[in-house]
Amino acid sequence: MTNSGRRIRILVAKPGLDGHDRGARVIARAFRDAGFEVVYTGLHQTPEQIVAAALQEDVDLIGLSVLSGAHMYLFKRVLELLKASKADDVMVIGGGIIPEEDVPKLKKLGIKEIFLPGASLDIIVGWVKDNVKPRC
Amino acid sequence: MFSDKTLREAEEGQKGWEKEVAKAGRQKAEKGRRFSTVSDLEIKSIYTPEDIKDLDFSKDIGYPGVFPFTRGCQPTMYRGREWTFRMFSGMGSAEDTNKRWHHLLKEGETGLSTAFDFPTLMGYDSDSPRARGECGKCGVAIDTLRDFEILTHRIPLDSVTTSMTINPPASILWAMYLAVAEKAGVGWDKIGGTIQNDMLKEFIAQKTFMLPPEPSIRLISDTVEFGTQHVPLWNTISISGYHIREAGSTAIQELAFTLADGIAYVRDVMDRKKLDVDSFAPRLSFFFNSHLDFFEEIAKFRAARRMWAHIMRDRFKAKNPRSWWMRFHTQTAGCSLTAQQPYNNIVRTTTQALAAVMGGTQSLHTNALDETLALPSEFAATIALRTQQILADETGITNTIDPLAGSYFVESLTKLMEEKAWEYINKIDDMGGILAAIDKGFPQMEIADSAYHYQRQVDKGEKVVVGVNKYVVKEKAPPEILKIDEAVEEKQIARLQKVKKERDNRKVAQILNDLRAASRTDKNLMPYVIEAVREYATEQEICDVWREVFGEYRDPGFY
Repeated sequence: MTNSGRRIRILVAKPGLDGHDRGARVIARAFRDAGFEVVYTGLHQTPEQIVAAALQEDVDLIGLSVLSGAHMYLFKRVLELLKASKADDVMVIGGGIIPEEDVPKLKKLGIKEIFLPGASLDIIVGWVKDNVKPRC
Repeated sequence: MFSDKTLREAEEGQKGWEKEVAKAGRQKAEKGRRFSTVSDLEIKSIYTPEDIKDLDFSKDIGYPGVFPFTRGCQPTMYRGREWTFRMFSGMGSAEDTNKRWHHLLKEGETGLSTAFDFPTLMGYDSDSPRARGECGKCGVAIDTLRDFEILTHRIPLDSVTTSMTINPPASILWAMYLAVAEKAGVGWDKIGGTIQNDMLKEFIAQKTFMLPPEPSIRLISDTVEFGTQHVPLWNTISISGYHIREAGSTAIQELAFTLADGIAYVRDVMDRKKLDVDSFAPRLSFFFNSHLDFFEEIAKFRAARRMWAHIMRDRFKAKNPRSWWMRFHTQTAGCSLTAQQPYNNIVRTTTQALAAVMGGTQSLHTNALDETLALPSEFAATIALRTQQILADETGITNTIDPLAGSYFVESLTKLMEEKAWEYINKIDDMGGILAAIDKGFPQMEIADSAYHYQRQVDKGEKVVVGVNKYVVKEKAPPEILKIDEAVEEKQIARLQKVKKERDNRKVAQILNDLRAASRTDKNLMPYVIEAVREYATEQEICDVWREVFGEYRDPGFY
């Protein structure tokens, strides 16, 4: 599944104070079962902590999960910090309780894809396989 | 339950019936399908006296208001008083939430329930960098007593009971309630309500945590002791299965882990505070989820009451019958709702509410149809309230108590829930109790396994979610949803800064120092917290004292 022999590395992250981690943990498992390397940050991470973890773990993709309504601020902040660290080749996707009208706004900011409630694990895993390549 | 003759006839009858069914080709008709509950518990095609022959009517089923309370905790149940219509609500500023509360009360809500935003839930003020973007988003923002005064403006504190979903800073929000009651001239012996104040399920499932488990439990026992002595009508803890279920557990896991948590709290108050069990146990309250599987939920509620009665009488030797009874609030299952075809959520919520009532709940929150999209709009919240009112006033379900008692299926399922939950509790006892089990990640991983199993079943179409994996349609525009104005954050921070400027800052610093010193002793901290909020100390200032003294808990990130 990889071009360069390395497996796809994904950081599953929970930014902000939101404690709803059922989705993030289910996704982390699905990614692992699909053969990706997964790092899960655990809860209550600041955008700074998430970007630091992404750089340290050298991931290809960050999956952000927010169900508290704070996605507009937190997703944007993660993208800004990646850019500031010259790591904006790390793709970022998101999921959670996100109103449909916010989806185009988030994509415009640079979030590659948003998965809304009801998206199946297979669809999300398939998207990663189709769109993410190991960066080195 | 049955005479030998009845059992013999039932057994022979069933054999004959099964032959007939086999002849008629049942296997073909059932197409090899597996019949299971939403928790994946396999269910038989019929239940007979054989399935409940070991039950003893008076010992296991009996009468409402009488040990073991299988049929309900009050003798008259809904004939005496309807369950409390208690809608969980809170959004934006204290003004916004107060307005929603008055709307709901005017529409016939009979109890209040408060949703706080994440900074408030986690012990951060609105001006904390950690609060950026979250202020007022998924509940009301409360920083100081000033916000609380606005929140409770013109709410009759002596006649309405108020529930507050708050955990690490529970004692602080409760202290604010006590302080506003005091200002309104309502005695602490007259106010009623509930603070959730259940940290064990936070470590297991809901994940709003602040301090490590041991000091978290100590703060809880402080509130239980203080309530027992000074606020006799207050439920100082609401031992919650709701979030365990929302995190993806089965019904049995919800039941087992909740009761295991309850056992730990009772033990701690008895050991740490040396209180007689009968002095505080009558004010313990519970909170369950009502999920989609109708009979499984009813069985769970009935089993919960019976198990708790035995735990309190047999394990803790409680003598007061009020210590044996389990009173609980129920919320319909948020996780069962879909963003797709959201109006269908009204139907899901209705059957879940019906199960809660059949299960004998004391109060109920019904979710709004738009909760997978945002906080409920006023329109959606009002329909959710009306759902309860229609069930209470139009359907006749309140006429008789525990109408499903004696059903071969429901009694058998109740017994099964109880047996399986006991297996878990025994296992947790063997590990050294729920704190040790949490430390090992046991309940967390059991829930993660169930959540993943269920999601896989949905993905494979083995479990149907209408609108998601069956009867999918191209979506029309979603209903109009509630939006929290970004200006809320700005206004909230301005108010907080004004309060900080106007209060007696020397006095606040002194009280916080006293709290710090007391936190390092075994003293009950409630009087210090009350004193601090009276002087407009902020929530975070108090929490920061505890973070400094006790340290912070970090999510181990099990998945």
